[in-house]
Amino acid sequence: MSLSVAIRHQYPEFSLHASFDVGAGLTAVMGRSGAGKTTVANAVAGLFRPDEGKVLVAGETLLDTSASVDVPAHRRRIGYVFQEARLFPHLNVRQNLLYGKWFARASGAEFDRIVEMLGIGPLLGRRPSALSGGEKQRVALGRALLSDPRLLVMDEPLAALDAQRKAEIIPYLERLRDDAGKPILYVSHSTSEVARLATTVVMIDAGRVVACGGAAEVLSDPSLARAMPIREAGAVLIATVAVHDEADGLSELTVSAGSVFLPKVRAAIGAKLRVRVEAHDILLFKDAPIGGSALNVLPVTVTSIRQGDGPGVIVGLIAGDDPLIARITRRSVRNLGLTPGEACYAVLKSTSVAAEDVGAA
Amino acid sequence: MTDWLSPDEWQAVALSLKVALWAVVISLPLGVWVAHLLARKSFWGKSLLNGLVHLPLVLPPVATGYILLSLFGRRGPVGGFLEETFGLVLAFRWTGAVLAGAIMAFPLMVRAIRLAIEAVDPKLEQAAGTLGASQLWVFLTITLPLILPGVIAGAVLAFAKAMGEFGATITFVSNIPGETQTLPSAIYAFLQVPGGEASAFRLVGLSIAVAMAALIFSEYVSRRVADRITGK
Repeated sequence: MSLSVAIRHQYPEFSLHASFDVGAGLTAVMGRSGAGKTTVANAVAGLFRPDEGKVLVAGETLLDTSASVDVPAHRRRIGYVFQEARLFPHLNVRQNLLYGKWFARASGAEFDRIVEMLGIGPLLGRRPSALSGGEKQRVALGRALLSDPRLLVMDEPLAALDAQRKAEIIPYLERLRDDAGKPILYVSHSTSEVARLATTVVMIDAGRVVACGGAAEVLSDPSLARAMPIREAGAVLIATVAVHDEADGLSELTVSAGSVFLPKVRAAIGAKLRVRVEAHDILLFKDAPIGGSALNVLPVTVTSIRQGDGPGVIVGLIAGDDPLIARITRRSVRNLGLTPGEACYAVLKSTSVAAEDVGAA
Repeated sequence: MTDWLSPDEWQAVALSLKVALWAVVISLPLGVWVAHLLARKSFWGKSLLNGLVHLPLVLPPVATGYILLSLFGRRGPVGGFLEETFGLVLAFRWTGAVLAGAIMAFPLMVRAIRLAIEAVDPKLEQAAGTLGASQLWVFLTITLPLILPGVIAGAVLAFAKAMGEFGATITFVSNIPGETQTLPSAIYAFLQVPGGEASAFRLVGLSIAVAMAALIFSEYVSRRVADRITGK
């Protein structure tokens, strides 16, 4: 299963020129608003026709302007989850879910399985007007899945929801990524969502693809920090749950560079997790700190130092096998005498990692 | 019922109902289609079509009737063809009254339906497309159910208009009792003869009753359907 996209489109004041090839799993298309993310998603789904372009899903050509191929949206078999759920108001939840089935075939077992996975069984008889935002979005997700798509496109599916609803839906998206076996193209400007969900990240900046690769790798690339909101920059650590300490309410996780203590995570011992570590939560020390309150001290090596426009500097680090990024001031870099290749210590407060920044790997 | 309406009056009322009903039945599918074209599509000649649809609204009805007579009269280009091919004669027949009523009511019908279509979020139609529905299916399963209140309102409005149509009808199909003498034509005829005021008065009263009933009915049905659609 693969998705190959190459599109070029000229807007009056903006040109989009994006191409990437990705495989299975959840591919996040990331970038600031106005970078062209939604245009890419719509071109893939057939809702937008670029000036020039080529879209291939699993080897099948859906769009090739040079060969005058443009499969209409309704024959592309691409399920689309929009930012607003776009449920049909005149149909109840069950009818909404089954809408795509009128035009495709999927077995009854599939219906039960998806309803179960999304936890929408109790809602089946209701009208969309009687659902909360989070419920609507889960139904929209189920509706797209039940249309038997070969690819799911989601355009900021969580952007219209508050933090609580987001937290309610993210686990379903994780399950979808891991169980459903459908590749997902996920448009988002939220670094935390992407860090939590993405297998592959395609970073778009001003209409150009500036990076395409594994989530941990792209998110911890200091040179890409400018394509995301700087306050949201952060890397992803892959960790394994080692011990739960019930008395202190902590969990010990193993990472490639050692151990990390976090507020107790809800995962079994041995479970693999992805932990998002925000760049501004990391402190750097030249020597091993003594007498501090922070529980997590990892030996790291500086890989790069990138100066921004402001007082901040993004320092690329490697902790064991895992890349990290830290955002500190230019003055600190000078005071510590940090240069690439230098060994130092990264300190992370346990409590600075929010519960929603820890998810299944 | 027949007690207080004379046979002549009753005949005019029954004919009017028949003519108006047929006018609506025949023009409704076309009205929905044209409204959809005007609301959702962009094509060459769109403003021309829009103008053509609205022309009967602004043209003197007599002029419309005269155009119909020239085109659909037995010696007119379309009328001659219809008579030769299908044996269908419109001029001076009740079928002609149906055509005149339908054309005069068409702008009202299209307007109501067009407004309803424009109120449907195209994003819903787009979503239906991504779920595998072709344009026709999107229209039948999403757009049409959502615009039903507007379609009903448009149909009722057109019915009332067709029932009251006078100018184009009398020019095209004249005022033949039992064949083309609809309610307004009958009122007009009664007013032309001495002692006809009582009949005219009864028919005017009836017109008011029918018109009010139609308006109240359409209001009620539209609201019921709208509630059902939004799930309230």
